Amino acid sequence: MSMGFGGYVSPEQLMKDRADFARKGISRGRSVVGLQYADGLLFVSENPSAALHKVSEIYDRIAFAAVGRYNEFENLRIAGVRLADMRGYSYDRRDVTGRGLANAYAQTLGSIFSSGGEKPYEVELFVGEIGDSAAADQLYRLTYDGQVADEHGYAVMGGAAEVVAGYLKERYEEGASLGSALRLAADALGHSPGANGSDGADRVIPVDDLEVAVLDRTRAQARKFSRISPTRLAGLLGERVSAAAAAPAATDPAVAPGEVPSSGEPPIAPPL
Amino acid sequence: MTDSSRIPMSFMTPGTSSFADFVATNAPDLLPARRTMPAGNAAELAPHGTTIVAVTYPGGVVMAGDRRATMGNVIAQRDIQKVFPADEFSCVGIAGTAGLAVEMVRLFQTELEHYEKIEGITLSMDGKANRLAALIRQNLGMAMQGLAVVPLFAGFDHEAGIGRIFSYDVTGGRYEETAFHSVGSGSMFARGALKKLYRDDLDETGAVTAIVQALYDAADDDSATGGPDLTRRIFPVVHVITAAGGHRLPDDEVAAVADRVVGGRMLRPDGPVAALEGGR
Repeated sequence: MSMGFGGYVSPEQLMKDRADFARKGISRGRSVVGLQYADGLLFVSENPSAALHKVSEIYDRIAFAAVGRYNEFENLRIAGVRLADMRGYSYDRRDVTGRGLANAYAQTLGSIFSSGGEKPYEVELFVGEIGDSAAADQLYRLTYDGQVADEHGYAVMGGAAEVVAGYLKERYEEGASLGSALRLAADALGHSPGANGSDGADRVIPVDDLEVAVLDRTRAQARKFSRISPTRLAGLLGERVSAAAAAPAATDPAVAPGEVPSSGEPPIAPPL
Repeated sequence: MTDSSRIPMSFMTPGTSSFADFVATNAPDLLPARRTMPAGNAAELAPHGTTIVAVTYPGGVVMAGDRRATMGNVIAQRDIQKVFPADEFSCVGIAGTAGLAVEMVRLFQTELEHYEKIEGITLSMDGKANRLAALIRQNLGMAMQGLAVVPLFAGFDHEAGIGRIFSYDVTGGRYEETAFHSVGSGSMFARGALKKLYRDDLDETGAVTAIVQALYDAADDDSATGGPDLTRRIFPVVHVITAAGGHRLPDDEVAAVADRVVGGRMLRPDGPVAALEGGR
């Protein structure tokens, strides 16, 4: 870092530092997968806590998923619920859209990222919205700096995002049933490439450590969000065998050598 | 910066899980009860909804309302809906100033759903009943000017494993009712009918029939309550709630019950005869 001119830091360097800081925080968390299946959107994450959710309901057809610092994304989630409920109450339920919510999040994350007064949020978000048909489903991915990407088919965020996305890229198929989409997502989250590029180190994530929720078009209620209980999950996943079922638990790929292994807890941010 | 479209800080601040409280702080104009009104009686300005009846039975609870709204001597609407689902396991029926009541129901529905989403669990049955009491209490000023809203609240309590009914007064007083209850202008006739028709081993069909009979009696003696409209095929809104959830009974099912009830009244206009002495 340049300190040569009385503490002057170029804007490029400042933004890069902030981005590195946010990325580092995010990379320590476990991944979340968002996946389109025949009847809507599926969200799967590895989350040993049954109480602290990474995937949540925002509105009738809108869901929220996040990785990173819990207190930060929890604030964003609550803001989203308030925003959606307020809009639905003052206009109509149909006037609450995922696009509007993604926009509000993008503006918020963007202005926090570029304002000097606040530390950047160490979070990434999914905002998913289902339509009347699969073609109308939307999955937005938002990054810590307020960028929005309109994803198609599947998307991954969090620590091992690239590994998991690579696994999905080879195997993802459109219009899959809930069961097969779920199996694919669970396998992808447990995937870690072996030393020679084989699947040697894949883990089978226990059912109790999976947090799964769907936006399901076929639900009779107006509220399409539903969590899938461990019992139903076990039934949907069926018999799960990994090539490395007998192998000891693989090391977390998200943790760089020398770092404390991730406990799923958000990292404590250094003061700015 | 793009701060103008950023989510306001108050939205991001943890704190209340109540939608009504949040709106009261951040957008008070949205609340139905927060408007100041000039002095005087405003009761004749807007339509009034009339009779709501609820009946419990083993395994659930049924609530129904007639379809009439009146403004003085005029029928303002023939097919108004006065019974609404509050959430998956409860429903609310409203008597009184229709406009305010419908708005209050919307606020109450949002309140329950909002709490559920923020907290990740649903409110207890008593918690829901208390929240509704708080919303009614805020309306006291308007009630004193003739714009009263009197709801009836019913739902299935998973902890107790039974259907429960709560009634309210305009000051927000909350009273749990046993077996059955009715509110609105025709309520005394409906309650009288249910006294004679109710038994504690009713099944769902029996409870629905008893409720349609009670509404028929209310319409028979109260001009503000609408009976089954056979020419237009408009029948009461009936909401059934069990441990599996709640749903509005389809119109054709209610029509079938109503047709049977009306058929019986063709033979005996005052309805079924109750035993003169003793219990069953």
